[in-house]
Amino acid sequence: MTTAPPPPSATVLGPAQIWAEGLFEYAAAPEGVRPTLRDCYGHFIGGAFVEASDRGTFETISPATEEVIAHVARGTAADIDRAVTAARGALPAWSSLPAIERGKHLYRLARRIQERSRELAVAETIDGGKPIRESRDVDVPLAAQHFFYYAGWADKLAYAFPGRRAEPVGVCGQIIPWNFPLLMAAWKLAPALACGNTCVLKPAETTPITALLLADILTEIEFPKGVVNIVTGDGATGSALVEHPDVNKIAFTGSTEVGKRIASTVAGTGKKLTLELGGKSPNIVFEDASIDQAVEGIVQGIYFNQGHVCCAGSRLFVQESIADDVTARLKRRMGQLRMGDPLDKNTDIGAINSAQQLATIERYLDAGQQSGSGFWQAEGSTPERGYWCRPSLFEGVQPSEVIAREEIFGPVLAVMTFRTPAEAIQRANNTAYGLAAGVWTDKGSKIFEVARSLDAGVVWLNTYNKFDAASPFGGFKESGFGREGGLHGLRGYVNMAEAPR
Amino acid sequence: MSREAIDKTLKMFVGGAFVRSESGRTLLASGRSRVPAASRKDLRAAVEAAEHAGPKWACATGYLRGQIVYRLAEMLEDRRASLEALTSLAEVDAAIDLVVSLAGWSDKASQVFGGANPVAGPYHNFTIPGPSGVHAVVCPDHPALLGALGLIVPPLVTGSTVIALLSRASPEIVALGEVFATSDVPAGAVNLLTGDLEELASHIASHRSIRSVVAVGVDQAMRTKLERGAAENLKRVVVFETPQPESWPAADLIERALEFKTIWHPSSV
Repeated sequence: MTTAPPPPSATVLGPAQIWAEGLFEYAAAPEGVRPTLRDCYGHFIGGAFVEASDRGTFETISPATEEVIAHVARGTAADIDRAVTAARGALPAWSSLPAIERGKHLYRLARRIQERSRELAVAETIDGGKPIRESRDVDVPLAAQHFFYYAGWADKLAYAFPGRRAEPVGVCGQIIPWNFPLLMAAWKLAPALACGNTCVLKPAETTPITALLLADILTEIEFPKGVVNIVTGDGATGSALVEHPDVNKIAFTGSTEVGKRIASTVAGTGKKLTLELGGKSPNIVFEDASIDQAVEGIVQGIYFNQGHVCCAGSRLFVQESIADDVTARLKRRMGQLRMGDPLDKNTDIGAINSAQQLATIERYLDAGQQSGSGFWQAEGSTPERGYWCRPSLFEGVQPSEVIAREEIFGPVLAVMTFRTPAEAIQRANNTAYGLAAGVWTDKGSKIFEVARSLDAGVVWLNTYNKFDAASPFGGFKESGFGREGGLHGLRGYVNMAEAPR
Repeated sequence: MSREAIDKTLKMFVGGAFVRSESGRTLLASGRSRVPAASRKDLRAAVEAAEHAGPKWACATGYLRGQIVYRLAEMLEDRRASLEALTSLAEVDAAIDLVVSLAGWSDKASQVFGGANPVAGPYHNFTIPGPSGVHAVVCPDHPALLGALGLIVPPLVTGSTVIALLSRASPEIVALGEVFATSDVPAGAVNLLTGDLEELASHIASHRSIRSVVAVGVDQAMRTKLERGAAENLKRVVVFETPQPESWPAADLIERALEFKTIWHPSSV
């Protein structure tokens, strides 16, 4: 990932360029570990797998091969009710457990995720289509870190909120997306459990497998029954969870459209709500930036996980004086990205998560081409089966165009230029979203002033798409509210009372 | 010979000016007085004023904002007698002390609620709380003065700008505008409206430029209305069930007024 492209004027082909020209192919380097998966999974309720109330199931497939991986239960309102009842039943014991004991359960969970990390990474890649390099090096290690980090908070809540008394919220309904399935489960469960809550987790329809492996791990380490319940299903299952009267808190990560619907549904119910929603994050490159580093950051920003990232740097703003240079180097770098078998350790770009998401991306690609913006797509072969989209960009995009305004959630970059810092800031903030932003310049005072001026919950300076359990993540404006990660991530899982003085 | 008193015409305070409702409507307040009945258009004018004042107020240093809010307490102290006529001296004194306490948050909130994050990598990473834009606060009927200041000052002192719909039971506290007008609070940073919540609620909840709504002492139907309308642009909504300001944790009010920004930068040579 860190191989710098040769300077544009080079006449001798460097190794990277040779590969890009296709003179040599990498040998296949497939991942060897294969997880043991069952043919059929029920819901995980009260510490055991149970069938769906109506015995309904659906298939989860590998988006890279379109092969069926397993059949999983389709959750009904009755299943949700059963899971909420189990969570409610487990709440008194879990919330009154000495905090250090709660922490020890979470530490044990973190350790077991580390021990089974390769198996989880492979399962994640098979189910979701993301390159094994990412699930192995990003998703699974960060998920383990998240549990380890929050395990340590369990007995330190009094220090997290001095002068106030933090109490558990109760039963938490948590609905997670398909882009980082295990990691999102960790983001939701770890702080909730550390604070003494019990949970009902609803994994995404297309990526339930690693959550079910997590259920397996919970059983294996004898995690208290009913504290974590997992109900698989689709949007209807999620709605049943949001609408359940005995749920005290809803945490949702997903699209802004669905987030608004959830906010409207819980209005007036007194349920606590945190939302981590969509984005159309700006990535701003100033003329005094280190261009090669910026190009790597742009690639990392939009082509990481096939662009299925809520904070993807999908709007690139390049200062006019360096625009030609940046786009030339960017295209060269994009040409070196290897798309193909996600289980191959050399793969940079995996499969699009589902046929439905591919159709959405293609609709935006059509819209962009019809609007007349300069369309460019990296060349290369596409596997015959599965869902694929080559890294794409549009140049000369107008701010009013749909590809510059709406979240595409795919490997599609809108490139725009600017002249002054004030113009860059104004255009970067001209969106209903406010999740993340990137800024590239070697000028210290400029970078902090631009960071201050951007309406975004996460600002990456001379870097992009970095995550850590200790670092709060979440958005401004219509990108949602609440933070996940760090001390701030505890806040959504406690109710506050003024501490007695 | 007895002397007829001069009645003060009570006006709302919007964009630093004392205004009547554009609708020409008024409501009966206590005694002989009347107050304007704000319309949707008055609300929009107040939001525009708050938006306009926002960027500069947000950039003011914490030290400066703290001094201005402290100045507010000085002006309140100066008017204890006239404010007492609207409520009780005990409430006035409690309100003044609350404002003094809140003034100190201006340059402390970012240390109390933010900090450096120890990430597992070569990065400087810190979370900085900042203002979150235009806040609308629906003040309790009682206590009118303490309730209003308890809701207005937390967002104000942390750099946001505010539109307050004042007590329906004691709307004459709109005279508070005179205190804000003489406290060096920039025009538009605080806007005071009087009127009917039923009429204005859906407009407050759905206005795209309002980022946060705090309401106190509203019933279940009103809470649902505010929260449902707010879902349109995902405003942050806080509803306090109890209208007793002494039970609101001040730290919570400050924290809820803030938006958190986390900044990463690589650290290497």
